[in-house]
Amino acid sequence: MAAGHSILLALGLACTLAACAGPGGHPKDPLEPMNRATFRFNETADKYVVRPVAEVYDLAPLPVKTGVANFFGNIGDVWIGVNNLLQGKVVDGLSDGGRFLLNSTVGLLGVFDVATEIGLEKHDEDLGQTLGRWGVGDGPYVVLPLLGSSNVRDGLSLIGDFRFDPLMQLEDVGARNSVSGLRLISRRAALLGADTAADEAALDKYGYMRSFYMQYRRNQIYDGQPPREKDPDDEDADDGKSATATDAAAPGIDKSSSPDKKENLE
Amino acid sequence: MKRITSLFAALIVGLGIQFSAAANTVAPDVLVKSVSDDVIAIVRQDKAIQSGDTRKAVDLVETKVLPYFDFAHMTRLAVGKDWKQASGDQKTILTQEFKTLLVRTYSNALTKYRNQQIDFEPLKAKPEETDVIVRTKVRQPGAKPVQIDYNLEKQGDNWKVYDVLVAGVSLVTNYRDEFGQEVRAGGIDGLIKSLKDKNKQIDPAAAKK
Repeated sequence: MAAGHSILLALGLACTLAACAGPGGHPKDPLEPMNRATFRFNETADKYVVRPVAEVYDLAPLPVKTGVANFFGNIGDVWIGVNNLLQGKVVDGLSDGGRFLLNSTVGLLGVFDVATEIGLEKHDEDLGQTLGRWGVGDGPYVVLPLLGSSNVRDGLSLIGDFRFDPLMQLEDVGARNSVSGLRLISRRAALLGADTAADEAALDKYGYMRSFYMQYRRNQIYDGQPPREKDPDDEDADDGKSATATDAAAPGIDKSSSPDKKENLE
Repeated sequence: MKRITSLFAALIVGLGIQFSAAANTVAPDVLVKSVSDDVIAIVRQDKAIQSGDTRKAVDLVETKVLPYFDFAHMTRLAVGKDWKQASGDQKTILTQEFKTLLVRTYSNALTKYRNQQIDFEPLKAKPEETDVIVRTKVRQPGAKPVQIDYNLEKQGDNWKVYDVLVAGVSLVTNYRDEFGQEVRAGGIDGLIKSLKDKNKQIDPAAAKK
């Protein structure tokens, strides 16, 4: 991981020195040429290695796959709970701890997610989200080798995520690699089906995934309730049709002043 | 006399509008749930769709889902600030092509549906609001449920969906960067051409119409 650390630092530095934002490029993606190269590498690795293995894994019976996903989900709950506490979400953090205790015992080492059944919902947290919550900016977009879309903040945070990852505590290197590999394949297999959607939907898959990641992380940091921004490009409904219809239906209600579903931060 | 007649006519028209509003307006959350339930019930029984028959899935989406979507609004959102520089004809073509792309993508996603459970959350909106979010969650093992949110706008008596967000990612505004890039490179016509090419590439049969 130390290597990953220095690569990211070097990237940040190189970018500052060379002011690498090209003309017309995405303001958040000054490293676009290099990112695109890494993206192509990742796509190739996925196509020829990761996806085929996931497809084989996917032939396993559903209860087996569910058990495996639950097992890895369970050992992840501890770190998720710690991050909830770091973000001041004490109730969520305690609930994650409760999930871990319950699923590790009654749920037979996490194979059964009994906690969800009784209403303790699974959360999704990591160090990058915690830093985001603390107000640390995301920095330029970065595509990491094999790990995919990230940014400088989230990429560096992975060092912490890995350090506290229960699987990384395994002493035996062979065992550690096999179990991490299984987790990777289990997660990848869960995405089979969804992954082709991006291929079909995107004019430029790289740009589509970049936008996707940025919106996705913002949503995660705000736990699914990001403040709703008034869309500056939706003001002038110059085809008129929908705007007129709306105004006619609700005279006297100024859209901009209506309380706009901002259940900001919980 | 003429004055009274026209007043009377206005009154009747006014009453008529009020009456139909009361009779036909389905609450947005009820609408989303009933459309989802309908579609899922059909997919569950349709072996062809389950085994990946996109043509059939597209037909299903076109009859059951499309009437509740406002594609002009979606396209305007996706194109963003460049929308203003498009002519009326270009806007029509853009909307048509974007619709084809979204329907195709969404229909393919339907063929992947495998009995996931969908929870519908109660609507948090005041009755007078004309722009609301209906939130749903799709459960999956070992992971946080996937959040799917529908943005709806009231148009006259009807609610129309103008954006769908999956895990917080807008299927509409996610295109904005790409579309902007296309417009910078080749103008609105360049964007139209890219969309047409994309639609031909994913479905040669549908592109002919």
